[in-house]
Amino acid sequence: MRHTKQVLILIAIFFSSLVTYASDKHSEEIEEEFDAMEMINHHIADAHEWHVISYAKQSGEEVHIAIPLPIIIFHDGKLRVFMSSAFHHGEELVHKGDDYYKLYHEKIYITDADGAIHYDENHDVLNEKPWDFSITKNVASMFMSAVIILLLFILAARRYGPEPKAPKGLQSFLEPLILFVREDIGIAQIGKEKYERYMPYLLTVFFFIWINNLIGLVPFFPGGSNLTGNISVTMLLALITFLVTNFSGTKSYWQHIFWMPGVPAPIRILLSAIEFIGILTKPFALMIRLMANITAGHIIILSLFSLIFVMKSLAIAPVSILMSLMMFMLELLVAALQAYIFTLLSALFIGMAVHEEEH
Amino acid sequence: MGLLTPDPGLIFWTAITFGILVFLLKKFAWKPILHALKTREETIEFSLAAAAKAKAEIEDLNVEKEKILAEAKSERDSLIKEARELKQNIVDDAKNKAQEEADKILESARQLLEREKSEAIRDMKKQVAELSVDIAGKLLEQELESTDKQKAIIERYLQEVNFN
Repeated sequence: MRHTKQVLILIAIFFSSLVTYASDKHSEEIEEEFDAMEMINHHIADAHEWHVISYAKQSGEEVHIAIPLPIIIFHDGKLRVFMSSAFHHGEELVHKGDDYYKLYHEKIYITDADGAIHYDENHDVLNEKPWDFSITKNVASMFMSAVIILLLFILAARRYGPEPKAPKGLQSFLEPLILFVREDIGIAQIGKEKYERYMPYLLTVFFFIWINNLIGLVPFFPGGSNLTGNISVTMLLALITFLVTNFSGTKSYWQHIFWMPGVPAPIRILLSAIEFIGILTKPFALMIRLMANITAGHIIILSLFSLIFVMKSLAIAPVSILMSLMMFMLELLVAALQAYIFTLLSALFIGMAVHEEEH
Repeated sequence: MGLLTPDPGLIFWTAITFGILVFLLKKFAWKPILHALKTREETIEFSLAAAAKAKAEIEDLNVEKEKILAEAKSERDSLIKEARELKQNIVDDAKNKAQEEADKILESARQLLEREKSEAIRDMKKQVAELSVDIAGKLLEQELESTDKQKAIIERYLQEVNFN
């Protein structure tokens, strides 16, 4: 597999060329209280640097190795670009122009020169936030997944010549998956006449979700990002499905929503209200389902590992490992299943919208 | 709730990445792949149909062949029969002709013989006549001597003459 090797080498070069830097942090006490909630929240949330590994030196010094990522913020009509290493993991303020920026719980706030953070009674931060378009860990991870997907499928596509041939290598692995999406999702839900228009979206969304789910399951760098468990991503994907569905709606589709044929007028009014809510709940359910499933999987696995540290006992480790191994197996299934469900339901909604009713 | 708060930055980058991904994949992956798959499916379908058609044709040809073979066989049989009859006829003809010829030859031989015989008889008659005349002459000479003797002589001579 010459191409696979090339792909791996490319990925390796891409990441090794990024500057890794180590920063030293004096840990006051090694016997710090372990906070599982905080650890889990930290892992499933987005970050402005790409954490590789942390370890403690003999002297008790804690070392964090992380890849700094570009910070792009937009505030008061000014665009500021710098590397996240300037924050020193949130310990230092960044002074640009007239503003001071502080990284606080992975969010960037505008503070005064002292870096004071103000809270309201609910312990929510009151400080003003700039528009944050940074290349965060999730964004970087998504770029990586995009590169992987592009390489995989463009390399596979190059094997398809003008003359029909039997599939080989990478192609014979990807082809059944493509056929599965075409036959069991596209044709089955949308129908043989109209499915072709929607195949690029359905195929892309299927492999985008699946591969990002799998990347999220890799427990070490460069995996582990909770991209498909992030509501921003699922919201955008659900929004695309929503737009595609409603822009493909036929006359009969809209008629069934706003003026259901074959029922009395008062019920029609009631139904149109319900159907109209239905337009919105469908993509909303898509958004929540994917995000909740993937995030839940991450939380469960992290919780199982946290047991060892919460109980402060090595004896619990085999149980923890065994259970999380089971969870990993389950999550591998869920990764494919959620990609399938999202794509299937998108196709189903599109199929309902393009369906021509014969009355 | 941090988990449920959408992050505009991430939405922005996801939109761009996903959009580019759809565009590039559509152009360089999905279109050629789906097109090739469709072509392949059509080719397979067409080939199968062609194979089925060819099979049916071969079956037809087989039936035709059987028919032709049977026809040829019966033709051969009839030809052989005809030939046999022909042979028989020829042989019979030849036999008949030979018989006729033989008969003819025999007939002409017989006629020749008859002619010869009659000629010989005629000749003989002539000689007999001459002889008779001679004898008669001699007899006459003898007669002049004795009539009985002459008679006896004529009798003897005539006895001697064999007509066969």
